[in-house]
Amino acid sequence: MFDSVLIANRGEIARRIIRTARRMGVRAVAVYSDADEGLPYVSEADEAVRIGPAAPAQSYLDAAALLEVARKTGAAAVHPGYGFLAENAGFARAVIDAGLVWIGPSPDAIDQMGDKIRARNLMAAAGVPVAPGTTEPVADADAAVAAADEIGYPVMVKAAAGGGGIGMSAALDADALRKAFETARTRAERFFGSPEILLERYLPRARHVEVQILGLADGRVVALGERDCSVQRRHQKVAEETPSPGISAELRSQMLAAAVRAGEAVGYLGAGTVECLVDAESGTFVFLEMNTRLQVEHPVTELVTGIDLVEQQFLIAAGEPVSFDPSAPVLPRGHAIELRVYAEDPKRFLPSPGAITAWQEPSGPGVRVDSGYAAGTTVTPFYDPLLAKLCAHGATRDEAIARARLAVADFVVTGPKTNLPFHAELLGNAEFVSGDYDTGLIGRMRQA
Amino acid sequence: MAEVRAEMVANVWKVLVSEGDHVDDGDTLVILESMKMEIPILAEESGTVTKLHVAEGDVVQEDELIAEIG
Repeated sequence: MFDSVLIANRGEIARRIIRTARRMGVRAVAVYSDADEGLPYVSEADEAVRIGPAAPAQSYLDAAALLEVARKTGAAAVHPGYGFLAENAGFARAVIDAGLVWIGPSPDAIDQMGDKIRARNLMAAAGVPVAPGTTEPVADADAAVAAADEIGYPVMVKAAAGGGGIGMSAALDADALRKAFETARTRAERFFGSPEILLERYLPRARHVEVQILGLADGRVVALGERDCSVQRRHQKVAEETPSPGISAELRSQMLAAAVRAGEAVGYLGAGTVECLVDAESGTFVFLEMNTRLQVEHPVTELVTGIDLVEQQFLIAAGEPVSFDPSAPVLPRGHAIELRVYAEDPKRFLPSPGAITAWQEPSGPGVRVDSGYAAGTTVTPFYDPLLAKLCAHGATRDEAIARARLAVADFVVTGPKTNLPFHAELLGNAEFVSGDYDTGLIGRMRQA
Repeated sequence: MAEVRAEMVANVWKVLVSEGDHVDDGDTLVILESMKMEIPILAEESGTVTKLHVAEGDVVQEDELIAEIG
């Protein structure tokens, strides 16, 4: 095992990685921008180095500055967390070229999965089901309309290099498609530096279910169960749970097997997530994309499997065996729910940065909180609005929901507006509680 | 006379109108960006942009004046 790790990230995920590093006796080096100097992860790291001003381009996205910190502090490995440079193959190559251990899959695997068009084609070739869609970039709005006539409406317009729901929109007809195409192209260029667009058949009443995989150092790929991420606003996840209440045992085993094939097709190493859309009525699923990194919602998998995913990432990157028996099937124990606590108003979900004057986290049986802030810290407008991930684990889904309700009521955040009232509403919503919901749930809650 | 104010701390990403422009109710005046989200700021009545208080790249505070429409 390497003796030290640079964490090229911030907030709750930096703190999460520090926790496992310390437990394993690996020295944790953090970096921070001027906006983040007061956050808990900075003081909890063994060493913390200022990386630059608040703007991400001059701090957490500055690959040269990060490598310089690694050199100066003698860090032996780099963990990218999620977001920022986590799925940047160029950064992964630069880390490896600098003689450091990259905690993630090979740069080639990142490249293959980072381009959603290539990834779709590759998955189809590996026998993983994909939705009807384009197999090469769509040149312009006319070409998009022509392609949609073949695929059939509604269609989803997406940036090939995209993520986080940015630039994505569904179109019901040709006029809406032309508008969606232009918006997607502008955002794709701005946020992802590539104007390439793909179209896919849109499933309006689908569940978003993903499979956690681990590519082991010996070349095997194993699946660690699924997560249901169908509670979304603006195509971004707000709450996740495992096991999915909306899939049969048969569909689950098909999805897990397909996810393993997906990982094997790219020689995947480390933690990754195969995202799928499930049409609950027909009991079928299609590949959506693969995230080549640790997922935000990884804690629910940890709660039901008892496996520390960050520890497995460290072990695999060091070329060592994982801490559990990968030849025995990993079965979930109980049920876990994650609620993403965002700095946003709970009705329209608009961002609400500001100074935090009071912060009190809930605790109790089955409750886990991964947070990035504390009283006296400030939520700035420069980064994503995630304040904390509140997770509840129970023997059954009902117990997990009951524990989550109590925990939401006990979570005190004063200063920025938060979506905690939304989570209270969600946990009392009949459709959510029944388990029979899909990605349109929040839209229906807000129409009422 | 209508005042258009920022609802939250944000960066001014795009300014789509100039002083003296006529705008209709619902037109986008500026696009703010906060926490990786684009927030279009719309005219809430028709009229002329009499004063513009922000430029692209500015940071606005909550409740800060963005534009006046008369």
